[in-house]
Order: sequence, then structure tokens, then C-alpha cells
Amino acid sequence: MRRFFLIAVPYGWLLALFLVPFFIVFKISLSDLALSIPPYTPTMKDGFGQMIKAFDFENFVFLTTDDLYWKAYLSSLKIALISTALALLVGYPMAYGMARAPEEWRPTLMMLVILPFWTSFLIRVYAWVGILSNEGFLNQFLLWTGLISTPLTIMNTTTAVYIGIVYTYLPFMILPIYAALDRLDESLIEAAEDLGCSRIKAFWLVTIPLSRNGIIAGCFLVFIPALGEFVIPSLLGGSGTLMIGKVLFEEFFNNRDWPVASAVAVILLLILIVPIILFQRNQQRQAEAET
Amino acid sequence: MSQKVFAPWDDPNEKPLIRFENVTKKFGDFTAIDDLTLNIYEREFFALLGPSGCGKTTMMRMLAGFENPTSGKMELSGKNIAGIPPNKRAVNMMFQSYALFPHLSVWENIAFGLKRGNMDKRDIAARVEEMLKLTRLTKFAGRKPHQISGGQRQRVALARSLAKAPKLLLLDEPLGALDKKLRQDTQFELMDIQESTGTTFVIVTHDQEEAMTVASRVAVMDEGRIIQVATPDGIYEAPNSVYVADFIGDVNIIEGTVKPAGDGMYSLAWAENEPPFLASSDLPFSDGQKAHLAIRPEKIAITTEKPEEAKNAVQGSVLDIAYLGNLSTYHVQLAGGQIIKAQTANTRRLSRRSITWEDKVWISWNATAGVLLEQ
Repeated sequence: MRRFFLIAVPYGWLLALFLVPFFIVFKISLSDLALSIPPYTPTMKDGFGQMIKAFDFENFVFLTTDDLYWKAYLSSLKIALISTALALLVGYPMAYGMARAPEEWRPTLMMLVILPFWTSFLIRVYAWVGILSNEGFLNQFLLWTGLISTPLTIMNTTTAVYIGIVYTYLPFMILPIYAALDRLDESLIEAAEDLGCSRIKAFWLVTIPLSRNGIIAGCFLVFIPALGEFVIPSLLGGSGTLMIGKVLFEEFFNNRDWPVASAVAVILLLILIVPIILFQRNQQRQAEAET
Repeated sequence: MSQKVFAPWDDPNEKPLIRFENVTKKFGDFTAIDDLTLNIYEREFFALLGPSGCGKTTMMRMLAGFENPTSGKMELSGKNIAGIPPNKRAVNMMFQSYALFPHLSVWENIAFGLKRGNMDKRDIAARVEEMLKLTRLTKFAGRKPHQISGGQRQRVALARSLAKAPKLLLLDEPLGALDKKLRQDTQFELMDIQESTGTTFVIVTHDQEEAMTVASRVAVMDEGRIIQVATPDGIYEAPNSVYVADFIGDVNIIEGTVKPAGDGMYSLAWAENEPPFLASSDLPFSDGQKAHLAIRPEKIAITTEKPEEAKNAVQGSVLDIAYLGNLSTYHVQLAGGQIIKAQTANTRRLSRRSITWEDKVWISWNATAGVLLEQ
């Protein structure tokens, strides 16, 4: 009985906060656009049987006919993948440096990584507008040093989006890699060197494989939110950057086309389920290896 | 039928495999190794023995190449090795934690070092099989380190460090993580493997019993210095200082002043109103010099009657008896309050033991039973 209650709490949580909203969105995605409140039809007011009968997959078919949608999906995938790779390139050396830092420095370094979370995400993204815009700090600095003579256009390009995503999600990359490297037994590296590896070779053959789980976890933690990212592309990417999160927002609020927006959301979720399941399996395997 | 005794350290023509010459290693202000000179010969099983912090691990890490001496010369087969990185030395190390690669199988762990050279794939496989057979691990070749027992892991670590056929194998507390029974079996296994491969082994340990069992020579270290280097029996029977005598096994130390009694014999005045003890010594002592007499408990006989023949005999009462199964150690308190330990083999059943607590007993030993030490 106790067991039942213990399990009931997380399951109840998932049911109320994930499954129910998902089915509401899914139901809307099967409806048609209507000029009413709520802006779709049919609803429960028409009777349950009537409502079920009126459902169709029209909206999903529509997504395939307009190339805006699959282009947005592809573009989002591309941006998320590249951002993840960039975050890994930036984050791994940082995590490595933290793990190799003197013991007494590590809590401070960890604090510095987490500190930005104490400020609102929106404010931090807006701050990048101030840095990257034509009159921003970066351009002014570069002009002052004489490296460039005309301001660089970074704002409202995909470059700005990459910078924003990498900056925002970097801690998610650093922390799991740091956790993996921190646990790494120094004598393994020494053993590799003793057996004939150079420093670099020992890094490739021992450090990288043993931090693999941290790398995988970090990549998923960056990739998954980056794929559906909406705020960063709309604030930093301008109109030129096509991302599915932005399309979703516009369908909902600008077009007030809830059924199509819901269909976009359902497809996005289906795309995300694959990496989420892979991530879970990685975490599980890691837990098993440790026992 | 005479078997040639293995003792290259007594042969002045023999070239040492390793030579430490006035080696000093400092970590900041701390001197880990203090002006140390030492030769280790080929095919030796050399033990570095000492309490933790005595510098034995630093010495091993210098041999492996993880640390470099602050000053002094370090040679391996006549070549200076200071400054050569660990991956360029014909020296391999077995780590205390074993340091097995958790992401590789037993087979791949053993092959790791071989793959770093430009060895043919088939030769690597053959060598790994050979090592697996040597360490009786053939059945576990495909397992990961976390899927095998502690004793098996220890053997994987040994096989991996031996696979490259190093000139010198370093073993850092190799049996520290094993339980007592397994440790004893493994000690003999280590000796067999050392003998069959002909590799020079240098073992670091704080366990004196282990050092005595496996080693051809033992170096007793303290505070970055080597106090004595000798064969196990040399260390045990003829320690050169109270420190060594006390560190290895159980010992009674009796302080006093010596008086030469002629013919290599000395009498040691150790207490007022007591007859002096008689002891032989190869070292010369002057009249009135302070000295310590070190005697092993098993060299002291314990009797209820005063023995007639013994050169040294003194009366006391039994304070404590430690029963160890095969042996019993009697703690005998003398009139002056000193406690002397005497050990006897329990050849009879315990119920027939003639000596018990509070009994007045005589303890006795020969003039050659103990060692006279200056310090």
C-alpha cells in the first residue's frame, strides 16, 4: 500500500502536468479553426460523439503542403545541432579546467558557472542585444582597437542566435562533463602514460571515453531545449532566422490559428521524443555501470 | 649439490640495473628523499619498506617518471633517466588502486600498452594470451574490470604491467586491497611470476611481513632516508639500529652501558643491583658507551626453575599472556619494572601449560641471541 502511494505521487504529477495538457493540445490539433472563443471547433459543447466524429488530421496534412513548416523544422534541427557542437567545444575545456583546478578553487568556479542563472533569462538575452548590435559594446570595442573600420553586422543573423544559445545553455553542457571528469581517477591517466601514451594520446584514449556519459548528457541537455527555442531567435535572430519555436508562437498569437499551432507542437514533441528517450537510456546505463 | 646463491649485491663486478646517486627530492620546503644512494640489481625482488610518508612512494614515482629528482643522478642500465617521461621508459608500474581502465575489457586492458608500440596485431594477441595464461585470467578476457573480483583485478593489473616485458616493474602496495588469506597466496604467486619472467621487481609496502616474504633484499626507510638495506634474514637477525629492529617484527630493547669483556663479548649494565647481561657483537664498543640490546622474543626461553647453562638469566613475574594459537607471548615484568617479551611455541595443549599469570619465572638467553646497537 505504501508502495502504491509512493508511485502514485510521481505518476499523478506526470498525468496532471504532462499527459493531460498533451491530450488537450493533441485534441486541438485535430480540430478546425473557428472565429469563436475558444478559436476552434468542435468542442465538448457539441457533444462528445459529435466532437470525435468531427476530428481529422487536416492540420497535419496542411503542415506538409506548406514548405515553411518543414523548412522551419530543418532549420531548427540545424541550429540546435550546430549550437550543441559549439557548446561542447566551448564547454569541454571549461569543465576540464574546472576539474583540474586546485581543490579549493572548484566551488568558486562552479559558482561562477551557475551565477548567471540568478538573473532573468530574458534580461540576459537582452543584454546580448546591447553587446552585439551595430552600436553595441563589441563593435565599439573593435572599432576602438582599430581591428575593423565599419561595424560588423551580427545582430539579426543566425550568428547572434548561435551566440545566444551557446551562452544560455553552456552551464548545462559544463556541469555534467565536470561531474564526469571530477570523478576520473588521476592514476588512470598516469597508467596510460606509464603504458606508453603521450599526454595527448592519454587524453583521447582515457579521458574522453571516461567522460563520454557526461558529454552525451550535456549534449542532450543543450540540444533538447535549443530545438524548441523561441525567445533567443526572436530577440537576436530577427526575421531572417527561421526556427520552429518562432513559427509556433506566430501561429498561436499572430494568426490565432490554434489548431495548426497545436499540430506544429505535436510534431515538435514527436521529434523531441527520440533524443529524450536516447538521453534517458544513457542516464540509465550510467546508473547501472556505477552500481 | 650446491645451488648458486643469488646475491649480485655482494659481487663488485656486477653492474646495477638501477643506480641512485645522492638523489634528493623536495616538494617546496618538504624533503621527501634526502641524499639517497642505492643500487638495485637485475632479477632482484627489491622491497622498499617504511611507514607512510617515509618517501618510498616518491622513490617509486621517480623510477616511473612521474616525478623528477631535485638533485642527484638516477640511472637505469647505465643511462641517466632523469627528465625522461614515463611513456619513454622501459619501466612499468602496477598502481595501488590498480588503475584498470573501466571502459575496456580485461583483454583490452592488457593489450593497451602493447598497442602503443608498433607491434603486429597477431603478436599483440599472442602476447595478451600469454599474459592471460600466466595470470590465470583466460576465462575472464571479455569481462570489464567491474565484473571481476578484487583478486582478479589485481592479476589484470599485474598482467597489464608485465605485458610490455619491462626491464623494471614497480609495484605500489600491490596486495594492499586484498584480504589476508588471498594476500598470502598472491605473495607466492608474485614470487613465481617474478622468477619465471626474470623481471626486476621493486615493491613498495608498509607491511613488513609481505616485504620479508617476497623480497630478495629489503630497504627500510624513514623520513626520506634508507636506514638499512639487507636480505630479509639480515634485516631481522642483524638490524643496524633500534629503528629497524623495532620496525621489523617484535623486539625487546634493553638500554644500558657496555664494558668490553674480551673476545668480542661485552657486558651490558642495564640496572642497578642486577648482574649485567652478556652479549657478543661484531661492532666495537668502547668502555662506558651507551648501547641498546635488541633481542627477539622467540630467542628468550621462559622457565620456572633457574636455568643452569644460560649466560643471561633474570627473574620476573608473568604480567600477561598473549595466546596466538601456534605461539604464546609472555610479558614478564622484572624487578625494576621493565617488561620483557618471551615467546614459546605451543607444542602442548593449552591445558597443560605450566606457567600462568603472576607466576615467578626465569627468562634466559644466550650471549649470541641479541644484537648490540649504538642507536
